Amino acid sequence: MGLLSLAIWLPVFFGALLLAVGRDQHAGVARAVALVGAVASFLVTLPLITRFDTTTAAMQYVEKFSWIERFNVNYHLGVDGLSVWFVPLTAFITVIVVIAAWEVIQERVAQYLGAFLILSGLMIGVFCALDGMLFYVFFEATLIPMYIIIGVWGGPKRVYAAFKFFLYTFAGSLLMLVALVYLYFKSGGSFDILTWHRLPLPLGAQTLLFFAFFAAFSVKVPMWPVHTWLPDAHVEAPTGGSVVLAAIMLKLGAYGFLRFSMPIAPDAAREFDWLIITLSLVAVLYIGLVALVQQDMKKLVAYSSIAHMGFVTLGFFMFNQLGVVGGIAQMISHGFVSGAMFLCIGVLYDRMHSRDIASYGGVANTMPRFAAFAVLFAMANCGLPGTAGFVGEWMVILGAVEYNFFIALLAATTLIFGAAYTLWMVKRVYFGDVANDNVRALQDINGREFLMLAVLAAAVLWMGLYPKPFTDVMNVSVSELLQHVARPKLN
Amino acid sequence: MSPLNWQVVLPEIWLLLAACAVLLVDVFNDHPERRPTFWLTQAAIAVFALLQLQGYMAGTTAYGMQGMVVVDPMGRLLAFFAALSVMATLAYARPTLAARDMQKGEFYTLTLFVLLGISVMCSANNFLVVYLGLELMSLSLYALTALRRDHAISTEAAMKYFVLGAMASGFLLYGLSMMYGATGSLEIPRVFDRIATGSINKEVLVFGVVFVVAGLAFKLGAAPFHMWVPDVYQGAPTAVTLLIGGAPKFAAFAITIRLLVEGMLGLAIDWQQMFIVLAVASLAIGNLAAIAQTNLKRMLAYSTISQMGFIVLGLSAGVVSGNTLSAGNAYSSSMFYLVAYVLTTLGTFGLIMFLSRQGFESEEINDFAGLSRRSPWLAGVMTVFMFSLAGVPPMVGFFAKLAVIQALVTTNVPLYIGLAVVAVLFSLIGAFYYLRVVKVMWFDEPTQTAPVWQTQGVTLLLVANGAAVFLFGPFSGGIMAMCRDAIVAALSS
Repeated sequence: MGLLSLAIWLPVFFGALLLAVGRDQHAGVARAVALVGAVASFLVTLPLITRFDTTTAAMQYVEKFSWIERFNVNYHLGVDGLSVWFVPLTAFITVIVVIAAWEVIQERVAQYLGAFLILSGLMIGVFCALDGMLFYVFFEATLIPMYIIIGVWGGPKRVYAAFKFFLYTFAGSLLMLVALVYLYFKSGGSFDILTWHRLPLPLGAQTLLFFAFFAAFSVKVPMWPVHTWLPDAHVEAPTGGSVVLAAIMLKLGAYGFLRFSMPIAPDAAREFDWLIITLSLVAVLYIGLVALVQQDMKKLVAYSSIAHMGFVTLGFFMFNQLGVVGGIAQMISHGFVSGAMFLCIGVLYDRMHSRDIASYGGVANTMPRFAAFAVLFAMANCGLPGTAGFVGEWMVILGAVEYNFFIALLAATTLIFGAAYTLWMVKRVYFGDVANDNVRALQDINGREFLMLAVLAAAVLWMGLYPKPFTDVMNVSVSELLQHVARPKLN
Repeated sequence: MSPLNWQVVLPEIWLLLAACAVLLVDVFNDHPERRPTFWLTQAAIAVFALLQLQGYMAGTTAYGMQGMVVVDPMGRLLAFFAALSVMATLAYARPTLAARDMQKGEFYTLTLFVLLGISVMCSANNFLVVYLGLELMSLSLYALTALRRDHAISTEAAMKYFVLGAMASGFLLYGLSMMYGATGSLEIPRVFDRIATGSINKEVLVFGVVFVVAGLAFKLGAAPFHMWVPDVYQGAPTAVTLLIGGAPKFAAFAITIRLLVEGMLGLAIDWQQMFIVLAVASLAIGNLAAIAQTNLKRMLAYSTISQMGFIVLGLSAGVVSGNTLSAGNAYSSSMFYLVAYVLTTLGTFGLIMFLSRQGFESEEINDFAGLSRRSPWLAGVMTVFMFSLAGVPPMVGFFAKLAVIQALVTTNVPLYIGLAVVAVLFSLIGAFYYLRVVKVMWFDEPTQTAPVWQTQGVTLLLVANGAAVFLFGPFSGGIMAMCRDAIVAALSS
């Protein structure tokens, strides 16, 4: 079994095991099994990075078997510089989620942890799939565990949020399904994504395909104006669900742009770059303002996620090296930072059972260690140099300068909004005098919480101070992608 | 062509004898649980299934009864699947029937006659044989629907089913008589040849085809001939609902292929148009009406109508601009869809029966509230079924939808590509009401605390059924290939 298969199926195996035999009476065993499974799944993804050949844009660790012969569907896996980092990132976030759930989840523990492990394997599958149908199967299958996670362990409006989450994403991806089948037909009966990359298509067909993919991925990213499912899902999901949604699931959509929209329909992508750029700018500007007025911390971070993902899509559709590399770097850093932000909210929520900014104030006085972490992550969320958040945003803005000065100006100005809503929240929640007795009674974080936040803090600082290992991996693949996109493939 | 070729009808003869034997055994046996009757019936069907499978493996096409019947891989395969689904139906039905004092000998005998009728339809090569099989199946089903004589809703359902069914049979018969009048033959291959000559008055033929399609649409349960489906599904005892919703669909598919493809492919341009209308109407009415239902059986009835829309859609894409190249692909996609659908339906209704107890039915969607707490395994199995019906990968239902969409898109005709988009948009609407069942099972608190009624054998069967729906998705290559080979053989003969 290849490394990628192992990375996909090991967590799925542990998850299925937990679902099959886990009982609430033995919650401790379930937690231990889940932790072992998550850590093991993370460890098997590390060789992917250490043994990665950064000098080639070709797919690496390729596995290919015939799967459904009737439609020439293959079990075809492989990663390149665009996708390889997301495999360990997904597995890493899953470890964090398992730790975060440790004492917090008391009901149906095994099912909760099992659902996350299965979800982790499926999401890794999305990043590794090189066969269109395999990609679609993984992409859609992720909806099932997430739907259950939001609906079973979520907040008061969980049912509404779960349905909205499922139906929005399902709507987008069904159009993508037709697009995939159309490509299958046009390519003479192949679901191979790399074959599709080389397939010449007339502009009309490219446009239709581009918009079909756009429907699927823009909902997932999410881009304005189809973002409305995200605040609901984030607010209602349990902490772990929010973390995985923000850290990984949104990246599935952005990754789809890189793997499908841009290389398969490059001419349409260049034709409609103004559309994506406009929508991305709306996301960073308008959603930034929306985030400013939120009363609910989770909602605020949810809107901030939309704005940050706007930077990602903005970077991609500049079609220059800095923009695309910056976009991918932003995806990774947002994975760390948004995950950490939601964990911090989770830590507070577990103690106070409130997400309202107004119920807090002066938390730094009673929880100094926790506040230190929270402020660090907040700084990373504003894009402070030295933290992970800075790398991607900085590169995207540089790319934008290369592309069009005014777009760069607009995008850079919005960083102020990012700083404003984040810092204002920090000020109201953590600083100032102790607001009420509930805050006065708060206990600082315990060892488990310290561990998960410290690991994330280390990751945020590492990526902020030394982003070379991240960007080095991407460079060759990105320049290959850009050359490909620049070449017309009309017929 | 050999005059009588008894070998060809061996499975049917076996089934007829077995039905008589079961009837007799039941008369002389007063076992309260009807154990001998049950096992004898199952054994008889198992032998029948093996005979069909053996015939399928041989892969040959043969004619018998002076050309009245034909056995080819498609007929064999459909009869085999029908036999399997009847076996599963009986296994699911037994505990429920026993608990309601409905387990009588006639249930088993009539079921065998239903299967016999299905088998006759699968191998019909003559208009009259089609009709014979159809009536044999339908009359047995009417009687089965009315099995609960003292139950008003059941009786009403049976009346509706009978009256509307008789009318549909009349439609079909009328259409067939027009075809006979125009072509001068009842034999399907000769009808095909006559139409191919092109010397026959087209208007009479089209007139006949309209009635044939209407009759078939009724039997398939496609809108706007769907009126009977919700009432019968809801009113019939669940065991009979399962019998109606499972195996007979194979027979309806078989006679659709026999009549319209093997007999009237020359008129495909005409009946395909009707099929497109039927398909879109079924998708729209089925999916929209299902949203409003609170009764699970009724919701599944509307869901069936929408699923039939997909099957009919696949059947409508066979002949593209006078070219039959894509016919094998299109019809085999529909056939695979049908197999996937029946597999899922069996489990769904099986589960509904399993959860019902003495004096308590679990027909309302709300009866499933909190099932995941009462029995996580059953809730998991039902979740698999619902996601499969909704067409979410990796369940088999997704691959079935993929097959049909693929058949539509590869025609490369804008109309069909547009239909594929319409079909997926309606499955989005469909996802809502399937998700609602999942929601009720997982997100809601249980309204009953009684532990789930345990019957070891049926639990195992349900889990196996769930596993099949789950695994036949990713590993569907074998069944898809079987369907294609069967259809290709049927087309080339």
